Amino acid sequence: MKRFFAFVYKEILHIKRDPRTLLILIGMPTVQLLLFGYAITNEIRDAKIAILDLSKDSETQKITNKMLSSGYFILYEYLDSYDDIERAFKKGKIKIALVFENNFAENLTKQGTANIQLISDATDPNTGNSLQNYTQSILNNYLLEENKLAAIPLRVNVDVKMRYNEELKGTFLFVPGLITMLLMLISAMMTSISLTREKEIGAMELLLVSPMKPIQVIIAKVVPYLVLGFIDGIIILAFGNLVFGVVVRGSLLLLFIEGIIFITSALTLGILISSIANSQQVALIISLMGLMLPTMLLSDFIYPIANMPEWLQVITNIIPARWFNVIIKDIMLKGSSIEYIYKETLILIGFTVFFIIVSVKKYKVRLQ
Amino acid sequence: MREIFLIIQKEFRQIFRNKQMVGAMLFMPLIQLLILANAATFEMKNLRIFIVDKDFSSLSRKITSKFEASNYFIITGNSTNTKKAEDFLHKRETDLYLEIPLDFEKNLFRNNSSNVQLTINAIDGVKAAMGMQYAANIILDANKELLQKHTNPGTMNVSTNIIKSINVSNLNWFNEEMDYKTFMVPGILVVLISVIGLFLTSLNIVREKEIGTIEQLNVTPIKKYQLIIGKLVPFWVLGLFLFGLGLVLAKLLYNIPFLGSPILLFTIAGIYLTLVLGIGLLISTFTETQQQAMFLTWFFTVIFILMSGLFTAVENMPNWAQNITLFNPLRYMIESVRMVMLKGSGFSDVKIHILILIGFSVLMNSLAVLNYHKRV
Repeated sequence: MKRFFAFVYKEILHIKRDPRTLLILIGMPTVQLLLFGYAITNEIRDAKIAILDLSKDSETQKITNKMLSSGYFILYEYLDSYDDIERAFKKGKIKIALVFENNFAENLTKQGTANIQLISDATDPNTGNSLQNYTQSILNNYLLEENKLAAIPLRVNVDVKMRYNEELKGTFLFVPGLITMLLMLISAMMTSISLTREKEIGAMELLLVSPMKPIQVIIAKVVPYLVLGFIDGIIILAFGNLVFGVVVRGSLLLLFIEGIIFITSALTLGILISSIANSQQVALIISLMGLMLPTMLLSDFIYPIANMPEWLQVITNIIPARWFNVIIKDIMLKGSSIEYIYKETLILIGFTVFFIIVSVKKYKVRLQ
Repeated sequence: MREIFLIIQKEFRQIFRNKQMVGAMLFMPLIQLLILANAATFEMKNLRIFIVDKDFSSLSRKITSKFEASNYFIITGNSTNTKKAEDFLHKRETDLYLEIPLDFEKNLFRNNSSNVQLTINAIDGVKAAMGMQYAANIILDANKELLQKHTNPGTMNVSTNIIKSINVSNLNWFNEEMDYKTFMVPGILVVLISVIGLFLTSLNIVREKEIGTIEQLNVTPIKKYQLIIGKLVPFWVLGLFLFGLGLVLAKLLYNIPFLGSPILLFTIAGIYLTLVLGIGLLISTFTETQQQAMFLTWFFTVIFILMSGLFTAVENMPNWAQNITLFNPLRYMIESVRMVMLKGSGFSDVKIHILILIGFSVLMNSLAVLNYHKRV
């Protein structure tokens, strides 16, 4: 045991000797959280709209005002004819064009129905889609108010309760996701690089000829990084709370334990990578190229998994971050206890065990 | 000139000697490109709804069947017990639930109005808002049908005249099928070549520092600029090759439209790569170990990616964050590649992008060269 601690101590010295890396490891996640917490949002804001009003009556004016005061749209220009629409899009300035038909108000009041055409720049289908939805909801609200005045009989009212995030804040979705992503990448990169580094400069062989078992050597190397990752997690969590008001509604202790389980799985993934890679560069390409985009895209962080094609949803199961994302959101936002997330926890532990077994098999204990 | 070629030759040899490296460098980006392009959609389908019907009236059944018929919703279960629905919501087995209270229909006819309740998991606020929208529309529809049935013809111009409705026809220009892959593929491809270019350059030079061979290179008569050019050219070629390969694959497999001029596209890519390599070089002059270089590069890469408009639009960011993106080379690159490929923009449309990229490139490379000291 004493020997083991000596190894851990050696690793801590390594980390301490390189204050730049230490600064990077602690400072970067903080900066990134602060930046992305504000910048990453799927809520549309100030989309440029062009309006072609063929009717120019009081109703179209009312709707236009509603659209422009919603915060989603900002008027780019009023158009005079259909031909102008194409020109406005080609200039690349507008995201959407709205056309009111001739005699809009008359049709609406006399026939009860009027027509609007909504033309979106679908090169970006996500924005196009959201803008169509926003417009629809603004129109619905408008109609609701109009129809209310008419005192309609037999009205079904819909009460809505927004659970877990009453104000629909984007940060509630993205801060937990950011924590997951940063912990995953930092932990996996740290271990894979530092282990391959020992391999590359030949120090691994020295360690392996010591009386320690290979597995002990590796654990001793990983423990300090576990602590570092944990500190990172706490810092991010604290900032998430102080700056973005994201609270932990569940048990903090449970969150910490789950955090350690997740960091461990990421660290063991790093070990696995280092056991395969023959140089730091390869380790880096695998741990970075292999993990960065998949962790961002397939973990329910930015894009909901439920929207993806089925085969891709199956693939997301092999992304450890995907499972931790469920856990962290449940604990932080729903205040869930372990009974709601034990399955995800077991899966993470399963990943860890799997990574350890494979890396022990793969590790070449002998010199070549 | 000969010196440069010799260094280029040395670099290529070093790259191709490591089979693992070549594999990781070529296959990983391309496989990711093809898989990940499918992930990036906010288009919602199959929202899961749980129905608590305590009323069992013809109207409540009508509402349920309307949800059943809708393309947006999948009914995950129904019960007369609200607790059960709460539990489903908490266990993530449903996205929202609808509660139709006891005597819903009776109250409707007695009081002329009656309430139903929607409870929505709002962790993803945008998704929740849309779910509410869709659900409310369905209920409104059922309401209208009911009105039409129950209002007597004498008084009732109501159903046709007073209930106003607006038909919205949505047109999707430039991409009628709303295929999001066409939007994502160019962006992801740019990210992948940037990451490869950035990391390979920064690590390559730091590695020579770390194992001490940089000093051997420094004592040779090779000039500083020759060394730098010799080191960057191989990665430039590789990056461009990867870019081309990715485009061909994207075209073959996903039939991504390619409206603009390929020459223009490759010119932009060529300029952009000099910029990327310049940043890599600059980072390598600041750092001593591969570990440091890696984390520093990673830090900037993540910022470049998430603030480029690739996944979430730049316009949605707060103004100060939008100002930061003005210094993000990736943003200009992704914008111009999307414009050229998807909208067929010509040189005059992306002129400004190109000028900015050239400006950045000159700046980064000069800084790197100034900061690179060829001495021990």
